[in-house]
Amino acid sequence: MPIIKTSEDRALRLGTGAFAVFVVLLVAGIGVVLTQQSVLSIRKFGLAFWTRSTWNPVSGEFGALPFIWGTLYSSLIALLIAAPIALGIAIFINEISPLKLRQPLSYLTELLAAIPSIVYGLWGIFVLVPIVRKLELLAPEWLKKVPLFTGPPLGVGMLSAGVILAVMVVPLTSSVAREILRGVPMTQREAALALGATRWEAIRIALGYGRTGIIGAVMLGLGRALGETMAVTMVIGNNPQVSTSLFAPQYTMAAVIANEFTEAADELYLHALIEIGLVLFLITIVVNALSRILTRRVVRA
Amino acid sequence: MDEVKITVRDFDFYYGTNKVLHAISLDIPKNRVTALIGPSGCGKSTFLRSINRMNDIIPGIRVDGKILVDDVDVYGSGIDVVSLRRRVGMVFQKSNPFPKSIYENVAYGLRINGLRDKRKLDEAVSRSLDRAALLDEVKDRLNASALALSGGQQQRLCIARALAVDPDVLLMDEPASALDPIATQKIEELVFDLKKNYTIVIVTHNMQQAARVSDRTAFFMLGKLVEYDDTRTIFMNPSVKLTEDYITGRFG
Amino acid sequence: MRKFKSNLIVALCGASVLLALVPLAMILFYVISRGFSALNWAFFTQTPKPVGEAGGGMGNAIVGTLILIVIAGVIAIPVGVLSGVHLAEFKGTRFSSMVRFAADVLNGVPSIVIGIFAYAIIVLPLKRFSAIAGGFALAIIVIPVVARTTEELLRLVPGGLKEAALALGATRAKAMFSVILPAALPGILTGILVALARVAGETAPLLFTAFNNRFFSTNVTQPIGSLTVQVFTYALSPYDDWIRQAWAGALVLVTMILILSIIARVATRRLERMARG
Ligand SMILES: Nc1ncnc2c1ncn2[C@@H]1O[C@H](COP(=O)(O)OP(=O)(O)OP(=O)(O)O)[C@@H](O)[C@H]1O
Ligand SMILES: [Mg+2]
Repeated sequence: MPIIKTSEDRALRLGTGAFAVFVVLLVAGIGVVLTQQSVLSIRKFGLAFWTRSTWNPVSGEFGALPFIWGTLYSSLIALLIAAPIALGIAIFINEISPLKLRQPLSYLTELLAAIPSIVYGLWGIFVLVPIVRKLELLAPEWLKKVPLFTGPPLGVGMLSAGVILAVMVVPLTSSVAREILRGVPMTQREAALALGATRWEAIRIALGYGRTGIIGAVMLGLGRALGETMAVTMVIGNNPQVSTSLFAPQYTMAAVIANEFTEAADELYLHALIEIGLVLFLITIVVNALSRILTRRVVRA
Repeated sequence: MDEVKITVRDFDFYYGTNKVLHAISLDIPKNRVTALIGPSGCGKSTFLRSINRMNDIIPGIRVDGKILVDDVDVYGSGIDVVSLRRRVGMVFQKSNPFPKSIYENVAYGLRINGLRDKRKLDEAVSRSLDRAALLDEVKDRLNASALALSGGQQQRLCIARALAVDPDVLLMDEPASALDPIATQKIEELVFDLKKNYTIVIVTHNMQQAARVSDRTAFFMLGKLVEYDDTRTIFMNPSVKLTEDYITGRFG
Repeated sequence: MRKFKSNLIVALCGASVLLALVPLAMILFYVISRGFSALNWAFFTQTPKPVGEAGGGMGNAIVGTLILIVIAGVIAIPVGVLSGVHLAEFKGTRFSSMVRFAADVLNGVPSIVIGIFAYAIIVLPLKRFSAIAGGFALAIIVIPVVARTTEELLRLVPGGLKEAALALGATRAKAMFSVILPAALPGILTGILVALARVAGETAPLLFTAFNNRFFSTNVTQPIGSLTVQVFTYALSPYDDWIRQAWAGALVLVTMILILSIIARVATRRLERMARG
């Protein structure tokens, strides 16, 4: 009997393929539809949309600089806090903790990822923000002259947003970093130890071996932070301004969409908001694609 | 009689509750090559890795008895494992260079010990590469990635890396088992040369290799030391029937 | 000195675990203590009272969330599972690596952006917010998760099983649907369950798709309330009673998600053990 593909096998390939195509089409579709729905704003403002900071729906002037600034700034703070902690967790669970603790510890840290963002937001408003305000009140006068800490101690603002984002990003980054560390051959650590390396020096060798993947893990966290909406909008103060101060209430791209979308009365306003969504989409795609490439290469090797 | 470098007395080893070494006692002479042979799973690697306490990283292990290196009990209290391992170097079955340059691989052990002086580092790197018989092949590309070397070169690089920290003992766990015959021969020649300056303990599955490179041979079976003698005696005139059967290939 | 540094860093790594557990403990503590005191029968059965009046509940929102989840599941399960089957069965092709990549990218798209997409595709043509639009947005979030989970679980099925089926003369399609998929099904179902539980906690993609609705509604072409949006609205309100209800809503959400994750956790652990034999 000749070995041929039966028609049923063809059907399997095409039938399931039709659904798989849908996944690709979704990604492409989001890009196309968001572009279509933001043409008015793109045509009218061009690149100036991203360099101007006036956001005035009444007069029809839209500049998105404060939002992109707030998004990048809050994500940066989140990463600065979350990356070392997430790495520390990954190292502790993978390289240090006794075998028996590994499962429960990783489960506990991953629980953080299961909590909905609205619950983070609720906790943020009623628990975190008051704590942050108290800390801000404690700031001595000389510190408040530093551009990072100017302005009244409101509690809501960039600092609270950064902290809450950090908490939300930690589980993802640490679980990917653990995956990467698990992929580093044991013999790498042994080689270091056999040369008289301390425990930390051997861990560093493992980190070095997986460094591309570790960077990917941090970038994955960045991607998550950039698009996070509810928790941020509930604690950041939602004030479109470009400020370096951690105490200042600011705004993010995702937050302005969440808050103003249903209020957008005229089409230009709506298109301006969707353009923000489009750019957020593009940024997160680039960040996520990069991090996937980085993490995948290491896991494969 | 040769000077003794490593003394083992009634050494037991457990993975959890599983006892895999039973009352091992032997003396390993200084500046000689001692081969450990025996069927797979008999505990050769476990024994070798007990000498520099590499097994410590495996959770749930337990030891009994003594291993003395230069008359100091390596399992005694107050022993600094880190400096023990610096004095008792190790080469693994599969070469495991770091994903760094050739130079940085060899310099690693010195760097972590705080050596910063570029001239001293250069010197130590080329001396170690030379001793590992690799210098001529790589001296023009010390900054190339170690991963670009051939398998045999990588293994010699790992030997150079181990030598750079200036150990007195070198433990080798089947260092040539993943290599082709020519690379294997190079490693064997190297082992032969190195014994002038180092005490070498080598695990091998290759009887000819044990016969060629070693001065003393220890035959392990099922976690017990069956026979330990001069290599020539073990191969020509073993006193235990089991040893003879193993060497002549009458069982696995 | 080196030893000291090593020990210090090891200690810092341990400290970062503790540090991460602090917010977890705090969140659980507040959600449970504040939420529990606000929970009562009315919370589950009544609809919200007009602005400023105390009392009422989130019964409609709970039903709404369930309806949204069902819609999301109906759309996402076939697409996700069959895409996963394709990824596992035709893993080497360029098309499948493209799909895999697209799924991973889609997984990283912010849910608010997905909300805009659903708005443009469904709300604009229908000219009104609807449960369908909300469910569709949630489905887009679930699809890549289900696809990748299915793929991974199918790969865990021992190759011998497939070979046995093929050797008996089964076609590839038969082998897949009668032997391999059933073997992986329990795992896939738990994966779907977890994905749906997670998506029940989404707020952003519902804000301008499902919108909100103060009344009980089961009409999928009408706006519908959901626990998350209701919690959001109440959390930002100036009324104490609404804020208490927001905590209660959070408690219900968290409980639901945690229970489902724990079930899934136990189930996968058991499955893994079974796979190992
Ligand atoms: N990490 C471990 N945990 C539990 N048991 C182990 C571990 N490593 C080895 N063993 C067991 O200890 C015994 C001795 O193993 P060892 O690796 O020392 O043998 P070997 O003589 O080196 O074998 P080979 O020639 O195959 O390398 C074996 O029964 C093995 O199953
Ligand atoms: Mg061995």
